[in-house]
Amino acid sequence: MIPLSWYLILGAILFAIGVASFLIKRNIITIFMSIELMLNAVNLTFVAFASHWHQVSGQVFVFFVMVVAAAEAAVGLAIIIAVFRTRETLNVDQVNLLKL
Amino acid sequence: MLHYLLFFIFAGVCLAGALFFLFQRHPVNSALSLIVVMGSLAALFLMLGAEFVAAVQVIVYAGAVMVLFIFVIMLLNAGEEERTRGSKVALILGVPGLIVFFCLMYWTLALPRSQVGHVSIGDFYVSTQQLGIALFREFLLPFEVTSVLVLIAIMGAVVLARRERH
Repeated sequence: MIPLSWYLILGAILFAIGVASFLIKRNIITIFMSIELMLNAVNLTFVAFASHWHQVSGQVFVFFVMVVAAAEAAVGLAIIIAVFRTRETLNVDQVNLLKL
Repeated sequence: MLHYLLFFIFAGVCLAGALFFLFQRHPVNSALSLIVVMGSLAALFLMLGAEFVAAVQVIVYAGAVMVLFIFVIMLLNAGEEERTRGSKVALILGVPGLIVFFCLMYWTLALPRSQVGHVSIGDFYVSTQQLGIALFREFLLPFEVTSVLVLIAIMGAVVLARRERH
């Protein structure tokens, strides 16, 4: 018997670490990976609540989140490759064409 | 007792992997520690009775998506990132914000006043069959919409990554 809140706290801490690395990291690929970390944290929360409320739909949502994450990863990595081709860098500080 | 032990092992590995991810400077190391996080999350999913989700987590996330990431890292020859100084405003606002966040989380979740309940191994178990029935009956329309989304994502990835000819 584990309190459900432990799972929720673990998910929240993972999400916070994801947000922190999203803000700290300067490499565009690592920033992208921290989004995946955040999605994983949310998945953990979904599964924990599905287990608590005895609902299958929570796990179906996780399935959809994973599909969207996979599609997002494919498109995002293609964009990263395109950015690297035009800018010759992966540092987000140097991708500043829209900056005033 | 066993549940506690398993939870602490996998949650600890998960948190250690996430912190390693945060403090690593080389993208390959970050990607490998993210795989550790995803693997231990799959074990936590199994403990919560989600066998299909755990399998998909290993196959799709730790397998396909992260292989794609590492492939791109090595394709673009990404080296160690150089840290730039963050802005002062972010530091001034971020650290108290983080403290407030954790205090609020502790206050809402960890105090005995809030009875969110318990979960235990074997209490709730979803077989792949049950999940499939739910997916293809209740969630048939979202499932079909998702297939369109994946198709568009495939075409978008091909179009974006294609080298333009002049």
